[in-house]
Amino acid sequence: MSAYDIERLSRLIGMLPPAPVAWVGAAQELPQARRELDGIVARAEADAEFRRALIADLEGALRAEGVEPTWPLLDELRRRVRD
Amino acid sequence: MEAARDDGAAAARGPAALSAELTDARLVAQCRSGDEQAWHTLVERFSRYVYAISVQAFRLPAHDAEDVFQEVFARVYERLETLRDDEAVRPWIGQLTRRLCIDRLRAGSRETVEDTDELTEIAADDVLSQLEEAFDVHDALAELSENCREILDRFFAQDESYRTIGDALELPAGTIASRISRCLEKLRDVFEGRNQASGASSEQVT
Repeated sequence: MSAYDIERLSRLIGMLPPAPVAWVGAAQELPQARRELDGIVARAEADAEFRRALIADLEGALRAEGVEPTWPLLDELRRRVRD
Repeated sequence: MEAARDDGAAAARGPAALSAELTDARLVAQCRSGDEQAWHTLVERFSRYVYAISVQAFRLPAHDAEDVFQEVFARVYERLETLRDDEAVRPWIGQLTRRLCIDRLRAGSRETVEDTDELTEIAADDVLSQLEEAFDVHDALAELSENCREILDRFFAQDESYRTIGDALELPAGTIASRISRCLEKLRDVFEGRNQASGASSEQVT
């Protein structure tokens, strides 16, 4: 019997199913999302009204810019807007 | 120059082949130079690994697993510059994922930190070593034809039925079982060949 019998190989293939497509997409868009984030922060620095609205609804602001509001992005935006 | 020739040959066989033939070190170097396509490939290459560690080894619920997943890639993106050995990106990502999973479990646990650490390490250890092996098997899949790769991945990793696979690949459902069997045999040959080669090279080194 081979060390890598067919049954074992089948089980090992099955151990790595694909991650949800939306998760992968959000991670792949990270470079673009970071650029959008820079734009949002720059706008918030220049426009007090926008900054107030942004602090009130970070998720909404990201969505409005077409960015998926993942936890790390929200965290970074919160930190940068507070600074 | 040689690297450019390698890429050219792979590109002729399509994006999947190109992605598979890029070594981890070259992929990291390309990401570091700001190549967004390389970043897409890096996320694609390690997404299953990160997902499996959080869901199978640490059994995180979906919402925690998603946060860990995004946090892992955010940190990889931010800290790629600090990676000392580009070839070691996989163990680096694995370690990062494990640490973030443990942080999640700690945050949600009523037990003491020491208990949580010990329990999760023991529970996850066996699965983690199997996941490393599974990653190597998936790596070997890249050496098979696209058709074999698709069939094996759809059937074993995506739990698709013969009919669904047949419809997607425009093959008679009745032939899928025999194709799976043939492709598994090819995979075994490739995988065992790889292991023998790496065994022989370790012997030469020692």
